[in-house]
Amino acid sequence: MRRVVTAKRAFTAWAVCVFVFLYLPIAVMALFAFNKPSAAALAGFHGSNVCDIPPTQLGNLTVWNGFTTCWFASGLHDPTYIPAIVTSIKIGAAAAVVSTLLGLGAALALARMNKFLRVPFDSLVYLTLVVPEIVIAVASLIFFVQAPRYVPFFPALGPWTIFFGQVVFGASLAMLIIRARFVGMGDTLEEAGYDLGSGRLSTFWQITLPRLMPAIVAAALLTFTFSFDDYVLPAFTNGTTNTWPIVLYSAVRFGITPAVNALATIMLSVTIVVIAVTGVVLRRSRTRAGTDTDQATPAATLRIG
Amino acid sequence: MAAAEDVTGSDVGRTRRSFSPRYPAWLTSPSFVYYAIFFLGPLAILVAFSLATQTGFNAITYGFDTSQFHLVTGSLYVKIFARTLVMAGVGSLLTMIVGYPIAYWMARYLTTYKMLALLLVLVPFWTSFLIRTYALKIILDSHGYLAKYLGINIMYTKYAVAVGLVYNYLPLFIIPVFASLERMDWSLVEAATDLGAKPFNAFREITLRLTLPGVVTGALLVFIPMSGEYIIPNILSGGNYEFVGNVIGDQFVSAQNQPFGSALSISLMIALSGFVAIYILFATKEERFGA
Repeated sequence: MRRVVTAKRAFTAWAVCVFVFLYLPIAVMALFAFNKPSAAALAGFHGSNVCDIPPTQLGNLTVWNGFTTCWFASGLHDPTYIPAIVTSIKIGAAAAVVSTLLGLGAALALARMNKFLRVPFDSLVYLTLVVPEIVIAVASLIFFVQAPRYVPFFPALGPWTIFFGQVVFGASLAMLIIRARFVGMGDTLEEAGYDLGSGRLSTFWQITLPRLMPAIVAAALLTFTFSFDDYVLPAFTNGTTNTWPIVLYSAVRFGITPAVNALATIMLSVTIVVIAVTGVVLRRSRTRAGTDTDQATPAATLRIG
Repeated sequence: MAAAEDVTGSDVGRTRRSFSPRYPAWLTSPSFVYYAIFFLGPLAILVAFSLATQTGFNAITYGFDTSQFHLVTGSLYVKIFARTLVMAGVGSLLTMIVGYPIAYWMARYLTTYKMLALLLVLVPFWTSFLIRTYALKIILDSHGYLAKYLGINIMYTKYAVAVGLVYNYLPLFIIPVFASLERMDWSLVEAATDLGAKPFNAFREITLRLTLPGVVTGALLVFIPMSGEYIIPNILSGGNYEFVGNVIGDQFVSAQNQPFGSALSISLMIALSGFVAIYILFATKEERFGA
């Protein structure tokens, strides 16, 4: 007994350390969104708003210099950041809708498909998820540059090509999430529907679709998040379009100001709220569904990076 | 029919029914067409480019020119490939060492707070990769507290890259391992210890073996993307410790040598194909491990 207790303690201690490791950097980043420029920088500055000091003269910002909230205002007024965020939201929303529709169709057909058709299609789906993104990115770049030469009206590099590329990954992700739920909920209610004289389409509308809704919502939210956060593919297929990760990346690489922290903190809060909402939706649907818990859903939701 | 029945989990233990509502197979065709155009299309043209000849700035002639691949096998690029794979291997190993005990702790010891702990593992994973890497950069910065007071100044070195890999990919490993630990029957371990097995032996012979598929899936799930990593080496090594992915990117951004970049990409895919094949085998066979 005693041994079990010490083992449990050791594991708990390890877990605490790992959670600190996971959360400390994020917490520090959020905290430093409120950081003032260094004392030396402040001494040489005579304006009223300390956040107006040029990025190169801010001094050391990785240690705490004092509290200010002005970075949030300066981040939100930055001429490059907000339009980039709007672009990312638009592309993300479009990618989420199209990915979810493609994924839904494939999930319905695949879940109960003949093995000899299912396995090759599944392999293709998994392949879209595991081919390194940098490879997809450069391949898409070549493809999107070549395509307008042969196909009239094919859009030039820009928001459209970012969207085209992201939907490949998004459709696969959505398919896995929706299928896990679809397989998990069994077919007894559908059978009852058929037995009671309901047709194919009305069974789908009245039974299958409502029960799939939580997974559909989860798939849409996750594909949106992945599209919104995606850097590598858009970085190669964007042409002159700026997305939020692209702007963020160049800020991170070339001149960091706490304004970036401020926006990142806002984004982080939004993501956490979205996750919480998704979690509540999924949980409610699970309790409502009673015994047929979709065990595969959490795992499927969590898989991809 | 049989396939349809054994995937419907809630039917287990009941008599087999002939009923199985199916949705028409053509519902897969929109996504199939989409994949064919926007996934297989780009990969095909990538192969064509890797065998093409660069005839000028941004101009190429298609053909069957394998010289780009000979270039890839030059000592500089072999070294970068080796470095990338070793680093991804080390990163995966560290992730396993750090992550397995967490998954074990959640599955074995937690009851009320299990879902909360799972959520705590997941939240960083769902938040922006770029923001997390940036957050790590602030912590590791050579003017920051870690360097100042603890003397840990690893920014822009391979150690920073290793920390970044573990930091970003940890949740991706914990999840499948946790899923397989959750499915485990703990009474087997109890039986073994009751019969006199030492706890560690019981763990090795039972727990570890039963969760091995989850561990393999999780390890591949982090190893494969780590090998193609682009953001982490760029931000945390500042170009001092480039992965293959960065060299590929450079060929398209600054060097404008697209055939060579394509050949590097194809080579990376070939280097990873064995791991990818094992992963797909596991994932399609045992939906729940991959999913």
